[in-house]
Amino acid sequence: MSVLGGDGPHAEQLTQPARAGCGWTDGQKGTMHVTTMSSAEPTRRDFLYIATASVAGIGAAATLVPLITQMNPDASTIAAGAPIEVDLSPIADGQVIKVFWRGKPIYVNHRTKKQIEEAQNVDVAKLPDPQPDSARVKPGHDQWQVLIGICTHLGCIPIAHQGPYDGYFCPCHGSVYDTSGRIRQGPAPLNLALPPYAFLSDTKIRIG
Amino acid sequence: MSGHPSYQPQSAFMRWMERRLPLGGLIYSSFVAYPTPRNLNYWWTFGGILAFMLGVQIVTGVVLAMHYTPHVDYAFDSVEQIMRDVNYGWLLRYLHANGASMFFLAAYIHLFRGMYYGSYKEPREVLWILGVILLLLMIMTGFMGYVLPWGQMSFWAATVITNLFSAIPLVGESIVTWLWGGFAVGNPTLNRFYSLHYLLPFVIAGVVGLHIWALHMVGQNNPAGVEPKTEQDTVAFTPYATIKDSFLLAVFCIMFAWFVFYIPNFLGHPDNYIPANPAVTPMHIVPEWYYLPFYAILRAIPNKLLGVMALGASILILAFLPWLDTSRVRSARYRPAYRQFFWAFVIVCIGLGWLGSKPPEGNYVLFARIFTAYYFAFFLVILPVLGKIERTKALPNSISESVLREGKPIGAPAPPPASAKV
Ligand code: HEM
Ligand code: FES
Repeated sequence: MSVLGGDGPHAEQLTQPARAGCGWTDGQKGTMHVTTMSSAEPTRRDFLYIATASVAGIGAAATLVPLITQMNPDASTIAAGAPIEVDLSPIADGQVIKVFWRGKPIYVNHRTKKQIEEAQNVDVAKLPDPQPDSARVKPGHDQWQVLIGICTHLGCIPIAHQGPYDGYFCPCHGSVYDTSGRIRQGPAPLNLALPPYAFLSDTKIRIG
Repeated sequence: MSGHPSYQPQSAFMRWMERRLPLGGLIYSSFVAYPTPRNLNYWWTFGGILAFMLGVQIVTGVVLAMHYTPHVDYAFDSVEQIMRDVNYGWLLRYLHANGASMFFLAAYIHLFRGMYYGSYKEPREVLWILGVILLLLMIMTGFMGYVLPWGQMSFWAATVITNLFSAIPLVGESIVTWLWGGFAVGNPTLNRFYSLHYLLPFVIAGVVGLHIWALHMVGQNNPAGVEPKTEQDTVAFTPYATIKDSFLLAVFCIMFAWFVFYIPNFLGHPDNYIPANPAVTPMHIVPEWYYLPFYAILRAIPNKLLGVMALGASILILAFLPWLDTSRVRSARYRPAYRQFFWAFVIVCIGLGWLGSKPPEGNYVLFARIFTAYYFAFFLVILPVLGKIERTKALPNSISESVLREGKPIGAPAPPPASAKV
């Protein structure tokens, strides 16, 4: 470094043949010593060092892109997440069925009158994640509650018709959801998520 | 090393070799002539046991990998095939599964030893931090290994632990999808966990190298916590430490074998013999015993983000121990008050472990909260304050003095150390 770092004022030394042997040891200490001083002014050589290091750094960073993104869902995984259709007619009053979409369990809950009333007559402002029941069902389809059956705490599958609100209870760390899938007790921060879905007819929905 | 003979190659071949690759000399100076404090007790033998267990895990793991299939449709069956069809497969798998438990047991004893005798204090901070990194790597390796048999506990452990990252604001969900390689734990997850489970033990081996290098830089601590001063304070590693290490290793192996041959599933969970089912979470999910204290801390806090942060902090805080403990005296032998708080800390850790295995309800949660508070208070309040106010006992002038005269001065009585009050 010190030998190569010939700064501007000493550039003429580059032409001295003695330099080739890095020969500061034999009697040259006096003159060569100055080359180790850092100059106040940046030189072309400094520029080249920085430019080379930058290009190498950017190149190394760019190789991280494929190395990291390869871990994201691949094309086949994304393609397998196509929408599914669910026939609602066989689901009895008060029954909950579980279907799978994108590897996630989806609960379709045919709610009873009592359950609907309980879900609607809640002081929304007092909920940890305030949301009225109407925002969690499709208009005119109050009896159908469709939600992703994955606890918003750490991803376990809550059990339907369990817990103090007759909604869902997560066995992992004790989160309790009501019949609207809203979080009422326990460590989960959010209401159960709703999948994208639409009614194709009164007895058929498409999820996804 | 001074006073101990240096390496003299015995054969012509070793002399030839020594001039080209001085491996013999390195081994000799590290494991034969290396001076160890003469007062080391059996708590100092767990480092060797840990190295042995890493070897056991790598050897049994590599052979298990010859029969295991990392695919969601075959993983469970391939492990059952290892158990029933592969020659000695049952032995290799039970050694590996119980070996992980023994590995953690030794690591926790090793860690508490360091805390009791103040082995993290100046000049051993880097050595200590490398140990904390090793613990983190072990935790990751053990977790990913537990996912491989693809039973119910495997699957739900993978789900819950990866979901810890969903607590991170904004990017949490994307990170979890990236970890999974899908929209839920699935085949891509199993594959990458297998790849990393194979890799990490070798990373551990590398860090163990650094750990030992750092150890040989600063020398071992010892039960008296005073540095060796003269040759009288040390003995050669071989035969003294070698024999002591070998003896406890043999005792440890008897216990290991007792688990493997008589109660191989005692430390496991029966639900992991049910194939993974993404549709049903088992009623009561618990991690392996060696993660239970951390799991209890996670559940003690009724807020997702804070719970996850407390879990992470409970491990990372160990790395700051050298600076949190303000006392200049290393060994708890000479710190009567610290000794009480230390044993309370050990009881709290074991208590948290027990609470982690219980359902998160009623008094269990209450005690988990109290214990979690003590866990953090120990590091953040007790240690910094205690070092300033504790009346420590007089330190021995040297290791030999503490061994030979139970702390009474040898020869002419030396003046008591300035800081010591009796
Ligand atoms: C730090 C060292 C290691 C630890 C702590 C560890 C831990 C574990 C654990 C806890 C399991 C689950 C055992 C069960 O319940 O069945 C496991 C499984 C497995 N490990 Fe490791 N392991 C280590 C090193 C390795 C290495 C180096 C390899 C391969 C080269 C390996 C290959 C496997 C395989 C193939 C399985 C699945 C078979 C089975 O479940 O028994 N392990 N490991
Ligand atoms: S995952 Fe449901 S409460 Fe923790």
